[in-house]
This record gives sequence, C-alpha cells and structure tokens, in this order.
Amino acid sequence: MPLSLQQVEHIAELAKLALTDEEKERYRLQLSAILEYADMLQRLDLDGVPPMSHAVALTNITRPDEPAASSPRDEILANAPDHKDGLIRVRPILE
Amino acid sequence: MSAPALTIREASQLLRAGDLSSAELTRAILERIHRLDPRIRAYLRVVPEEALAQAEAADAHLARWRREEGDPPPRLLGIPLAIKDILCTKGIPTTCGSRILENFVPPYDATAVERLKAQGAIILGKTNTDEFAMGSSTENSAYFTTRNPWDLSRVPGGSSGGSAAAVAADMALGALGSDTGGSVRQPAGLCGVVGLKPTYGRVSRWGLVAFASSLDQIGPIAKDVRDCAILLQAIAGHDPRDSTSVDAPVPDYLAALEGGVRGLRVGVPKEYFVEGVQAGVADAVRAALRVLEDLGATLVEVSLPHTEYALPAYYLIAPAEASANLARYDGVKYGLSVRESADVWDMIRQTRGRGFGPEVKRRIMLGTYALSAGYYDAYYLRAQKTRTLIRQDFDRAFQQVDVLACPVSPTVAFPIGERAEDPLQMYLSDVFTLACSLAGVCGISVPCGFADGLPVGLQIIGNVFDEPTVLRVAYAYEQATDWHTRKPKLDEEV
Repeated sequence: MPLSLQQVEHIAELAKLALTDEEKERYRLQLSAILEYADMLQRLDLDGVPPMSHAVALTNITRPDEPAASSPRDEILANAPDHKDGLIRVRPILE
Repeated sequence: MSAPALTIREASQLLRAGDLSSAELTRAILERIHRLDPRIRAYLRVVPEEALAQAEAADAHLARWRREEGDPPPRLLGIPLAIKDILCTKGIPTTCGSRILENFVPPYDATAVERLKAQGAIILGKTNTDEFAMGSSTENSAYFTTRNPWDLSRVPGGSSGGSAAAVAADMALGALGSDTGGSVRQPAGLCGVVGLKPTYGRVSRWGLVAFASSLDQIGPIAKDVRDCAILLQAIAGHDPRDSTSVDAPVPDYLAALEGGVRGLRVGVPKEYFVEGVQAGVADAVRAALRVLEDLGATLVEVSLPHTEYALPAYYLIAPAEASANLARYDGVKYGLSVRESADVWDMIRQTRGRGFGPEVKRRIMLGTYALSAGYYDAYYLRAQKTRTLIRQDFDRAFQQVDVLACPVSPTVAFPIGERAEDPLQMYLSDVFTLACSLAGVCGISVPCGFADGLPVGLQIIGNVFDEPTVLRVAYAYEQATDWHTRKPKLDEEV
C-alpha cells in the first residue's frame, strides 16, 4: 500500500528533516516503490530464524579503565559552528 | 614507462635502488592530475604542498637507508596514494561528498590512513564519493560526478568512484575506498582495476565516517593483485579504537600470492548467472572461469538460494543503520548549521534538510520508517533474519568450495544520468556485491576483459578471513591474463 502524505510527514519529523512539499511527494512515491519491492521478504518463512545484527559474533569488548589524553579541546572546538569560553554554544532547548 | 604508470611494487624497487626519487614520482603524478583531472574529476581535493613535503621526507629516509643499509624500508615509503573523502585525514578537509561537512577538518587520521602514513606513504588528496558513500556512480556526490577514464560519458561506479578512476587513470599508484554493499568492488570492476573488500572486522573502521556500521569496511584499490595485497597488509589488523576490529593475527598476504590454483575448488553460484546480466559481461566471466579451470582449479556449480533477497534486505538494513548514524549531523558540534531558524529544533531540521542531498534524505527516511513503531518487525527484523539465511548460504557453500567466482556487476559502466532518476534501477547495479557484504565475507574484483570496449570485473569471494586464498586465486588468474595491463587512452586526447 502506498504511503500517505501524513506518514511521510511523520517519518520526516522523526528524522528531523525539513522537506519541501515537492520532496514530500517525491519521497512518498519513491519510498512506496522501494517498500513494495521489499515486500518480497514477506514470502520467506522466517519462523525460528535468529536475526543477524553483525557479521562477527563479538560481545562485551572492554578496555582497562585508565585515564588517557583525549583530543585537545581547541581542535574539537575549531569545527564547532558556535562556541564561547571553551564550550559549544547551543540555542535554548527549553522555553 | 612514465612514472605515474608504475605499480607500487615497481616504484618501490626503483625508489630503493635510487633510480627514482619520491619527489620526482610525486611531482609527475601531480602534473598528471593537473592535466587530466579537470576532465575525469576523480579528486575533490589535491594537497600538492603536503604531498611534496612528505615525498622529500621519504627521499631523506631512503637516502639514509642506502647509506647505512639495515632493514629494508617499508614497502609504501615514498608511494603516492589517494584516499576516499570519507576517511578522516588530519588537517585535510573531509567532506564525505556532502554539503553538510563542506568545511569539516578532522583533528585526527583514520587508523587506516595513519598506518599508510606510518609506512611513509604520500597522501595526494581526497577522492570523490557518492554522498556518505550512498550510491553506485558518484552521481550522488554533492560536488560533481566523476567520469570513467575508459569513456568520459559514463560513470566510474561508486561509491568509491573517485578512488577507482584515479588509479585507472594513473593519477595515484593506489587508493583506499570503503565498501558497504559493493562500493570498492563495483567501481574497481567498472574502471578495470583491482579492488578488495576485506572480511568485516579485518580493517579498523576508526576514522571512517559511519554509513552502516555492521557492513562498512575499508578496502584497497590498486593496479594489480600484488599491489592490492601490499595495501591490505599495511592497513589490516586489530585496533583497540574499533571494538569490532577482530584481534586475529594478520597473515603474510604477499607470501599467499604464490601457489596457484591447482587442486582448489572454485564455486560457480548459479544465481549469479541469470537473465539481466549483460551478454558481454557473462561471456567475459565465463571465459575467466575457463582460465581458472585450465590452471588446474575444479569448477563446482553451487547454489546460494537466498541471493535474490540480498537486495531488499540490504536496502532496509543499511538505511536503518544510516538513519541512526547520521543523527549526529545536528548543526551543533560540527558541520553546516543553519542559523536563521526559529528555535533549536527548527535549526536541526533546517540544517539536515539543506545539508543532506536527495539520496541521503531518501535513505534516512527509508531507514527511519523501517525502524519505526509498527514497522520494525515487518521490515527491519525480517531483513535481519533474512541476513542470517544469506550468511548460511555462504557457510554451506564454503563447506564445498574454497572460493566463489562470479560477475562483480551485471553490466559495464552505464552512461551518466541513465539511472539517476530511478533509485531502484541504481540499486540493481549492486545486486552481485550485496550478499557478500551482508554475510561479512571477503571479495575482490579483478579485471577479466571488456564488453563494448568497457572493463568487466571478475568477483572472487572467500570465506571470513580467507583473504589469502582470494588473493591467491586472483593473482593466479592475473598472471595468466593481461587485462590488468590495459590502460584507457587518455594522453592522446589531450
């Protein structure tokens, strides 16, 4: 079933993407076509098949908890769009 | 032969003998880039001053070694290489082919880059890529499309199309790319060079800007199989900074080249020889299989029954992971930040809306949908279960055979623009490389002929961590043929 405009707007909001009306309509059609193609997975009998999240089975990789130097602050801040007094500045997140 | 046309091995021998200096070699390549790249557009950025300074340091190292003898210098000392612009390079802008990172300058090198530099390799510059490696043609680069050196009206493949085109046009002796669903093998195949996707976990991903973390792997692109082995040797191995890099010994890949294929069992997966494969491509690959047979390998027909499900599984899993990985581009810490916005949330929406190109937004949308409440089970979880079946296909096949051999891509390089408007058509050019990536096994593309005057790639797929056998088969094939010595006619056109 094709996606509705409301679904596209809902996904865009979850993904925090500002889209133009034209983009919304284009993605509505393209995503619908891709999802229709992906529906072929519904044909497979997957009962009892475990999901594979990773190609190598690794668990709980840890390192000794020892203090070590991190990236220098000024090098990190050099890429920040806005900073002051050694801190990255962000617009208020609460009114 | 002119210096830029040398292989890494040939150049390294000349450098050690003192018959060529790294500065001469680097200057000759920079001159070639200056002359040819305005037409090919493989590089997003060239760094001539840094490259020449590194070359002079390499020459000093070589001179010292010739005076004092001792252990031979590293193989990559003084060798000029290109790096895909999705690997972080300290002090050199790294854009990922995206506007959102247009002014990003990494404060550190990716581990793979650091390891090349530790050997004394010269970094020439950063090569073009589809935005965040999402694409198969470089047409999704926010900057420009790279052209195939064999036919400038066609794509070089992607996403590592800049690296493959640079190597094919002798504008670098070798290069690094990254492969998530075929992004090293497919452009290598379409440009007539060698490209290897190592086993997942073989090469550290630290400093490789993340696209789909369970699939991404850095791989070498080279003029021949031996050079490919030299580059892999330099970058492979455990790195504590990437917890998914596997702590297993790194074999001697150069020693693995010799030995031939006599007695080896080469699986021919029937699902890779189907309708939809261009006739000239199928012919070239079948001829390559006969060469392997003549060399003493046994061909065995095998089945990878879930092959057709790799494409839909990949295009749910990779976008799902991408949608999470790309959440970091929020206009706060680095990259583009749209200031004229109502509040912080509007700033984030506007930054992402303007900073990402159409394919990246499409995949973020698709991945977000596949992970969202109500659709997770039907799409993402189903795709992950399908991935298990695809891996089991390979496990079963490798009980019967040593390697698998098949086409890299169903067609030769396609015309620029032909598939740009239809995402599904574009995705189909990866149909033979995706399953290998989902399974996490290794695969190489080696030149195996031409169709309509354009290169065809033979894909040899090996079991996890069996790069030695893959390289051995590829090398035996290469020694018996001369496809890898063919060069696109670029100089005559100038």
